[in-house]
Amino acid sequence: MLEIKNLEAGVEGKQILKGLNLSIKPGEVHCIMGPNGSGKSTLSQVLAGRSDYELLGGEVTYMGQDLLALEAHKRACEGLFLAFQYPVEIPGVSGMQFLRASINALRGHHGLEDLDAFDLMDVFREKAALVNIDLDSLKRSVNEGFSGGEKKRNEMFQMALMEPRLAILDEVDSGLDIDALKVVADAVNAMRSPERSFLIITHYQRLLDHIVPDFVHVMSHGRIVKSGGKELAFELEKKGYAWLENHQEAGV
Amino acid sequence: MSSDIAEAANSQITEFAKKEYEHGFVTDIESDTLPPGLDESVVRHISAVKGEPEWLTQWRLDAFARWQKMEEPDWSHVNHPPIDYQALSYYSAPKSAADAPKSLADVDPKLLATYEKLGIPLHERAALAGVAVDAVFDSVSVATTFKGKLNEMGIIFCSFSDAVKEHPDLVRQYLGTVVPVSDNYFSALNCAVFTDGSFVYIPKGVRCPMELSTYFRINAAATGQFERTLIVADEGSYVSYLEGCTAPMRDENQLHAAVVELVALKDAKIKYSTVQNWYPGDENGVGGIFNFVTKRGKCAGDNSHISWTQVETGSAITWKYPSCILQGDNSVGEFYSVALTNLCQQADTGSKMIHLGKNTRSTIISKGISALKGQNAYRGLVQVMPGATNARNYTQCDSLLIGDKCGAHTFPYIDVRNTTSKVEHEASTSKIAEDQLFYCQQRGLDLENAVSLIVNGFCKEVFKELPMEFAVEATKLLSVSLEGSVG
Repeated sequence: MLEIKNLEAGVEGKQILKGLNLSIKPGEVHCIMGPNGSGKSTLSQVLAGRSDYELLGGEVTYMGQDLLALEAHKRACEGLFLAFQYPVEIPGVSGMQFLRASINALRGHHGLEDLDAFDLMDVFREKAALVNIDLDSLKRSVNEGFSGGEKKRNEMFQMALMEPRLAILDEVDSGLDIDALKVVADAVNAMRSPERSFLIITHYQRLLDHIVPDFVHVMSHGRIVKSGGKELAFELEKKGYAWLENHQEAGV
Repeated sequence: MSSDIAEAANSQITEFAKKEYEHGFVTDIESDTLPPGLDESVVRHISAVKGEPEWLTQWRLDAFARWQKMEEPDWSHVNHPPIDYQALSYYSAPKSAADAPKSLADVDPKLLATYEKLGIPLHERAALAGVAVDAVFDSVSVATTFKGKLNEMGIIFCSFSDAVKEHPDLVRQYLGTVVPVSDNYFSALNCAVFTDGSFVYIPKGVRCPMELSTYFRINAAATGQFERTLIVADEGSYVSYLEGCTAPMRDENQLHAAVVELVALKDAKIKYSTVQNWYPGDENGVGGIFNFVTKRGKCAGDNSHISWTQVETGSAITWKYPSCILQGDNSVGEFYSVALTNLCQQADTGSKMIHLGKNTRSTIISKGISALKGQNAYRGLVQVMPGATNARNYTQCDSLLIGDKCGAHTFPYIDVRNTTSKVEHEASTSKIAEDQLFYCQQRGLDLENAVSLIVNGFCKEVFKELPMEFAVEATKLLSVSLEGSVG
């Protein structure tokens, strides 16, 4: 599914990712944890194709393709989804309009005809149940005036609609109360399948009380410094990231 | 990675920027065209060709005499080489119009084909959409539809030339009452040499049952176009008027100086919507239409209402300030505008709201979008006279910048001469954020579609004022006009 080899990237002349390796197979749920500034979000942005990051080295293969050669929208069309830490507001564009453009862009990419308003509503209703979203909220401008929880619920709704092959959740749990956290977790759990993989980026262990990952990786200074099963998350939670820093120094 | 994408985006831009103007073609129809040059004899010739009464010939000559004493204004925020008014031809009529067509069947097939290319199959579209179309091809109206139905209700919707012949009293009563002959340099020129246009009269208490629509098209090379539109809504009547335009490609700058006058009597409402898509010139600023238009409405009676909505995406230079004179008590003036300047386009546009009557209200919503080297200026005047007690104005002007070579400028003038009135002005300037673009791209939209979606959102408040069919057209037009604007 995803094979990252020795990835190096930076922004504004500052290198952030310093030779990162990661392999994700279909159906797996991976979790990357790490302290602030370790490069977690940079990784998600680089994978999704944000153009202000500079690629300095390494390669990424996604479903047999050179991911880094694809434009951002093509990556999305090929099934790579990023749930944003800070979903962006788009004034004047209703959620309905936005999702319609998005879904039809994906369909167009796969040689399918556009869905009309009626078919779209059917799809919306079906997926809305999954994340318990009020369809009336789609009449409002995208993310404008939404609470943190509403924004994340909206991200999960988009994920459900786009049915990605690889979903990257970037700090999707930050600033969420327990109910909103459950919404995110339920959406991910409901969408887990042998063909779909998840890469969950988080600072805290608490999301993992609700989503059980297959692998946990610890990131520090632009590299994955430790990998393990879900128990690694508990260990981290107990000992803190400082333990890791020491651990890393000891390892070098 | 980033450089690859930047490169891809760059080549996309170049490609789109080179893309020829979609409506750039010239129909080969013989034109009866005056040689270039302007003097009194040209003015007399135009009047004679049109078989005008003496008072109108004199009116034109008076305007010409005043125009000769005037100076071309230089206060607007646009630059262009001097216009040689003697190098233009002031009259051009499609030959087939000499023996005026009685119905669509009589219209030159090539002309109809032109409309087809523009996506305006006159007969079908008019019938299907319930729109009566008064098509102006160059300077002479060649087809008028739905006349019968409108006639029954006493509504007059015809070419200006026909109105002069058939309704001379109405024309004489209102012509020049909103935009005086010597109002400004371009309007004076128009008064002298105007060739044709539209005339609308809605009788007392009549609600016009369909949108009245005129499609303009400039065709014969090196011909200035001087349209004249006069709309009179009698007491308690209502009319919605649509104006849309495209033009063929050419290298030479073309001058267009139209005058539109609206008169709303007591309790009447006029809604005037424009989509303007004339040739904007190329990416180096060569060619394109010079669009110097004077549009003004007078809310002459109490409780009258005039609403201007415009979507301006074309022309090399746009100089246009649809305005309202709020003379009647409780009258309402509105101006909703989207002006887009891409390539090397320049726009200096806005509105004037002159409050004379008591409790008069006005709203100005202006959305300026600048991309590539486009320069966009909002210029507005809100004037509240001493007698306009309790007048209200709300002005909002927002600018959106795409890229870093374009410009947005705002020149609001406010002049309030009483103490009971309230004038509000809000302004904002923003850039399309990288965050917004990336978010859309991550949801599968390519750069062009992402920009178009965001810009359409920005313009929503204005688009919702357009009649449904026009709104769809405007949305598409904006997307087409924005192609290649992102870097």
